[in-house]
Amino acid sequence: MRGLRRLPLPLLRSPANVELQVRVNGEPRSLLVDTRITLLDLLREQLGLTGAKKGCDHGQCGACTVLVDGLRINSCLALAVAHQAADIVTVEGLADDDDLHPLQAAFIDRDALQCGYCTPGQLCSAAGMLAHEADRPSFVTSDLAGPPGPLDAAEIRERMSGNLCRCGAYVNIVAAIADVAR
Amino acid sequence: MATALRSPAIGSSLSRVDGRLKVTGQAVYAAEHQIPGVTHAALLQAEIAAGTVIAIDATAALRLSGVLAVISHQNAPRLAPVDDAELAVFQSPAVAYRGQLVAVVVADSLEIARHAAGLVAVEYDARPHDVLLRPDHPGIYRPDKVNPAYPTDTEQGDADAALAIADIVVDETYETPAVHNNPMEPHASLAVWSGGDLTVYESTQGAADTRDALAELFELDPGAVRIVSPHVGGGFGSKGKARPQIVVAALAARVVGRPVKLALTRREMFSLTGYRTPTLQRLRLGADSDGQLRAIVHDVLEQTSTISEFAEQTATATRMMYAAVNRRTTHRLLALDVPMPSWMRAPGECPGMYALESALDELAIACRIDPIELRIRNEPAVEPETGKQWSSRNLVACLRDGAARFGWADRDPTPGVRRDGNWLVGTGVASSTYPTYRSGSEASVHADPDGSFTVSVCGADIGTGARTVLTQIAADSLDAAPDRIDVELGDSDLPRGPVAGGSMGTGSWGAAVVRACEALVAKLADLGGVVPDAGIDASADTAAEVAALPKLARHAFGAQFAEVRVNTMTGEVRVPRLFGMFAVGRIINPKTARSQFIGGMTMGLSMALFEQSLLDREFGDYLNHDFAQYHVPTCADVLDIDAAWVDERDDRLNPMGTKGIGEISIVGTAAAVANAVHHATGVRVRRLPITPDRLIG
Amino acid sequence: MKPFAYERPVTAADAVAALAAGGSTARYLGGGTNLVDLMKLGVDQPDHLVDVSRLSRATIDETHDGGLLIGGGVLNSQLAADPIVRARYPVLARALLSGASGQLRNQATVAGNLLQRTRCSYFQDISKPCNKRRPGSGCPARDGHHRELAILGHSASCLATHPSDMAVAMTVLDARIRLLGTDGPREIPLAELYRLPGDQPDRETQLDPGDLITAIELPPLTAAHSDYRKVRDRASFAFALVSVAALLDVADGHVRESRIAFGGIAPIPWRARRAERVLRGAPATPESFARAAAAELDLARPLPDNAFKVTLAANLLVETLVDLAQR
Repeated sequence: MRGLRRLPLPLLRSPANVELQVRVNGEPRSLLVDTRITLLDLLREQLGLTGAKKGCDHGQCGACTVLVDGLRINSCLALAVAHQAADIVTVEGLADDDDLHPLQAAFIDRDALQCGYCTPGQLCSAAGMLAHEADRPSFVTSDLAGPPGPLDAAEIRERMSGNLCRCGAYVNIVAAIADVAR
Repeated sequence: MATALRSPAIGSSLSRVDGRLKVTGQAVYAAEHQIPGVTHAALLQAEIAAGTVIAIDATAALRLSGVLAVISHQNAPRLAPVDDAELAVFQSPAVAYRGQLVAVVVADSLEIARHAAGLVAVEYDARPHDVLLRPDHPGIYRPDKVNPAYPTDTEQGDADAALAIADIVVDETYETPAVHNNPMEPHASLAVWSGGDLTVYESTQGAADTRDALAELFELDPGAVRIVSPHVGGGFGSKGKARPQIVVAALAARVVGRPVKLALTRREMFSLTGYRTPTLQRLRLGADSDGQLRAIVHDVLEQTSTISEFAEQTATATRMMYAAVNRRTTHRLLALDVPMPSWMRAPGECPGMYALESALDELAIACRIDPIELRIRNEPAVEPETGKQWSSRNLVACLRDGAARFGWADRDPTPGVRRDGNWLVGTGVASSTYPTYRSGSEASVHADPDGSFTVSVCGADIGTGARTVLTQIAADSLDAAPDRIDVELGDSDLPRGPVAGGSMGTGSWGAAVVRACEALVAKLADLGGVVPDAGIDASADTAAEVAALPKLARHAFGAQFAEVRVNTMTGEVRVPRLFGMFAVGRIINPKTARSQFIGGMTMGLSMALFEQSLLDREFGDYLNHDFAQYHVPTCADVLDIDAAWVDERDDRLNPMGTKGIGEISIVGTAAAVANAVHHATGVRVRRLPITPDRLIG
Repeated sequence: MKPFAYERPVTAADAVAALAAGGSTARYLGGGTNLVDLMKLGVDQPDHLVDVSRLSRATIDETHDGGLLIGGGVLNSQLAADPIVRARYPVLARALLSGASGQLRNQATVAGNLLQRTRCSYFQDISKPCNKRRPGSGCPARDGHHRELAILGHSASCLATHPSDMAVAMTVLDARIRLLGTDGPREIPLAELYRLPGDQPDRETQLDPGDLITAIELPPLTAAHSDYRKVRDRASFAFALVSVAALLDVADGHVRESRIAFGGIAPIPWRARRAERVLRGAPATPESFARAAAAELDLARPLPDNAFKVTLAANLLVETLVDLAQR
């Protein structure tokens, strides 16, 4: 087998840069960004906010989860330019100065982390889920029409399934979230 | 040696000392160190499985603004030859597997580097590849030893003769697929040259060994190389040694004269960071009708790559687990045009015990004996094969206590009879084991006049809780409160410690910490208990202590119990309960220990039901190279998993009396689940993972 | 990823005009959960993105006849949480909630969901041939790995499955798609949106270049019971091995109406018309359901490693209908 992967010569132009205004953890930021940069890479490489993690870069692990206008999303699949005027909260913005967010305290208390790499995503995901989605049904809610009621372990597990943890801290993660959801 | 520590810290459930850093996003991982002027690298990987790179055209890539270099075998600096051929990056045009490194692009931003990498044209001369592990392959050979240095084969008595006359014979072949470690943090290296000195911020389980490997490759004095890895996002063996990406980062940084950051993509990890070899294991058990084992034969076939040999020690647990006069174990290898297999959590014990413990379940059924009773009947008084005394062995206690807690007593052994709607329900058991290794280690401790202490050892906390348990060990050794102690890990400039592997971190580093603290306490006593203004230091090296340890059989044991539900219509398997009972010496921290146990059991559950790396025969790579296709458990897959331990005192291990808990809990889980699936359905799945198609297909 | 221009028009008409001006390598960007993924993989390489994620009218409104009009930019999570969807279209809510993860559902739009591309391993790996990605280059899946791929509707050139859950539910709801193209607005049944691969697997829909899905219309639903069932390799956050959307109306022990579609087994959401015909007027019994499943799956042409899907699809349909019949 011989084959040269021939590619057309590229357009010789600089990356397209655009201005972007966002609010990150309460602070307004005015930035010049490559149209290609994801929100995750913007946070990690340009703003030095490395709390949000890159575990897969394809929306398959949830380590990059941040809150955008209150909703939990995978920042690795979000183009930064598409988030003009967005209000972004990362794990660095969850605590109120020295006072940990109740989820952060519960994660420590329940030992809901091991290597810690999925942890910021788990926390942002849980925070977004409890704040904005607790009153909605999940796939495991039997009665879709009514309110789901208090979140039991099965509900928490299903709702947190977008956040993979390879160390296997799920049992403790569910316990920590249940402590706060109560 | 028998200084059993007695004080408040050890045995307490101290919360993870780096927990606050980790929950606030302040724990800094390799690619996250802020280095001015950093550049970004993107890799090109071979698109053939065997052959040669004959041309690389980087013209288009180099014309892009922001591209600093395209480095390949054509222009890379020469590296010193080393044993691990995997590290000889860009030194040759030869391609030994699909995904091997061909070139790297360095650019001002990741976006530019990635774009440019797509513009590099590579021409290959491919030869037919050979990537399929099969038992009739003429190239199968007998390696000289198995990882790390065990005999390839062992034989005692006459197993064939014993099998021929045994009342009951089980003769089955079990198959495990290739599986990838997949820590959540992809392997990453950030290399910075300063004059002739090299610093790499690295995601590694072993900073010291990695430092040595780099020094050798770049022909530097080890003192000129520093590896920094304060936090590591999991490894499970895959970060146990230098991987190609650190060499690329260091080499590229030298070429471009600026710091280079290289974080592997999840896809790249499937060819560049090791994986557990697939195995084909034939188990033959011969027993009396009452279940007394007369013969055990365990023959293993597994793969390695053509550039470097890795022979997983799959049958070693079979050498020591149960009593039998006649026994034979063998390992055979096949070198294929595939990525390099390597360590993954409990290499050897994990796949081997899946086969042995499944076969034992089959024997229990054939003998009409309870599977727990069968194991107890074959309990060996001394270590089989070696005849060594056990330092301690409490497998029977784990089986009995675990059975009581799990609720095993009234179990009806009949398979396929417990139904709940469309679901069949069953339970299964399997034993766990893992050797208790200990390596010599150095450590130092510094006392300040304000009553605080800094403990230093080049260990790694890859999520195990090492930083926390070393804090507790030091606290009790110094008779100080844990919050006065700061433990420094993950820096090759610290006193040398062994890799975070083999479940020996706490035992090895911890013992050195105890000795360093003892030396400090003695020095302090000489000073009348007053710490001078400049503080005082003490250090220790346990190499001689370890060499002088009495020859004993040191192993940890456990028993795992699974309840499964199998949907008869869809083949879906759910595991509502998993319980593990372990005998692992002293537990330093019940809270982090339990996390280790249930974490390993979760990975064992994953091995049983989900994980398989699918080799593509036509192309020679692992096809399902992402988290959408390579399934690990989600939160919804993990129901009630719990662990407990028997109170085991063993003072012939190390000053703490610990056995190491990082790996034992993945050993046996898959067998417990597979045995429970059989109990539920009557279907014996001898090929992992147990996916729906294997139950209804 | 190569550099691209980015713009965000305010109205759908502006978006359609912007895309037309952008030429053949311009793409609409919705939530980005599939497109950005494909751009990172090099599978798609647009020069120009027209962001339609924040067009006006990303709302869910009741229609005069009691149906529902869903803006194309409505988020998957927003649709799943809508009280009317939950109460009147449970099959749709359940299908949406079975898809992807909580995070992705907060990003993905319903129009983007309909147009997402297959997750076939070969399609997603540009170092390998794929007739869908590079017409004429071949399909390695037939002799390679195809456990997850199609048993119905596939062709010699392509075995890919459609990955959407939502589209399967919308198929049994007889949804209609509102489009805006360069020639103005038009409307087509969802059933006519998708094409079978034949010898042109790169052509996946009947859309013209530049067509924008502005809304999805759901007709009112009768009093039938409906549900969505999904079997996957793990309990959550995975694509379907097989899924079933079913709607069943039983009177006096007999099936008055049924609507059935399968996901995960075909290149398009697979409406099971044969099964529906078998069921019409039949006793609502497991035996009838099994006959219906067999009639539909008689069409299946599985390959060695996905033959299990025939059994699985039949079993799942029977289980789902038995359950609906008992409600």
